[in-house]
Amino acid sequence: MNRFLLPLVAVLIIIPIFILGLQSDPSELPSQYIGKPAPEFSLPTLADPAKTFSNEDLKGQVSLVNIWATWCGGCRTEHPFLMELARSNTIPIYAINWRDNRPAALSFLEQLGNAYVASGFDEDGRVGIDWGAYGAPETFLINEEGTVVYRFTGPLNRTLWEQEFVPRIAELKK
Amino acid sequence: MMARIIAALAFMTLSTSALAIDSEQAFDDPELQARYEKLVAEVRCVTCQNQNIKDSNAFIASDLRREIRRMIGEGKSNEEIKSFLVTRYGDFVLYRPRFEGKTLALWIAPFLLVLFGGFALVRVVRHRMTLPIEDGPDANGDIR
Repeated sequence: MNRFLLPLVAVLIIIPIFILGLQSDPSELPSQYIGKPAPEFSLPTLADPAKTFSNEDLKGQVSLVNIWATWCGGCRTEHPFLMELARSNTIPIYAINWRDNRPAALSFLEQLGNAYVASGFDEDGRVGIDWGAYGAPETFLINEEGTVVYRFTGPLNRTLWEQEFVPRIAELKK
Repeated sequence: MMARIIAALAFMTLSTSALAIDSEQAFDDPELQARYEKLVAEVRCVTCQNQNIKDSNAFIASDLRREIRRMIGEGKSNEEIKSFLVTRYGDFVLYRPRFEGKTLALWIAPFLLVLFGGFALVRVVRHRMTLPIEDGPDANGDIR
């Protein structure tokens, strides 16, 4: 009996670890900024290169920062939902237009609607790297102090919004 | 025939350099170029994940190569460049994670497993050595 005890205990320890490992998505990278101030940045806005969008704009309110581009299929998929969200006035949505082309990005917003309070134009992708972006779309939840609370990668929709963002926002506004 | 095969193989080895993503050298200084090549081979492409940024043509990989070139050009040390990457993307971005609190398990687990295996082996062998050696048929009449 005793000779089976040790392997049995070992297996009982390993199995839950495997189950946990199988459930996590290996392609998902955790953001390094959770609980930390959003990375410093200052970008010309998409609409008007003379204006800037920076960390200062994020302070004093709970907001979203959406990293998007016209080359990103998922961004097109989630855009109707972002429009819906913007119309509902739940939360201001800011954006970083990542490694894009200005005319293409402007016509995207003209055709599908502009859900953003402001869109920073990150032409060479530097700011995207500073935010630890690895694929668009990515959506960051920022609190009143300008701290990153949560990052969601991939296209958002109503169900995911209610599941991932609504409880976190309620917590922040408490 | 043999000469042809050898010639073909020689051409194949030549072509790997032609397949490199950057068409031109990043630095004229061979020492900086060597540092650059070593670094880009050790950084994981964050979108493709199982490729380093040296071999990937994903745009994020080319952006990261550009950032590494810029930092080498600015005279930053390898350590500074790695911490730039880790701050943004986490330890996962380095193929050879640094030795520190969070990555400790990663570094010592293989040694612990070998140690554990060795210990188990010694125990089993010791135990078997105490067993009597029987040449004759056992209770069932089978030859061991």
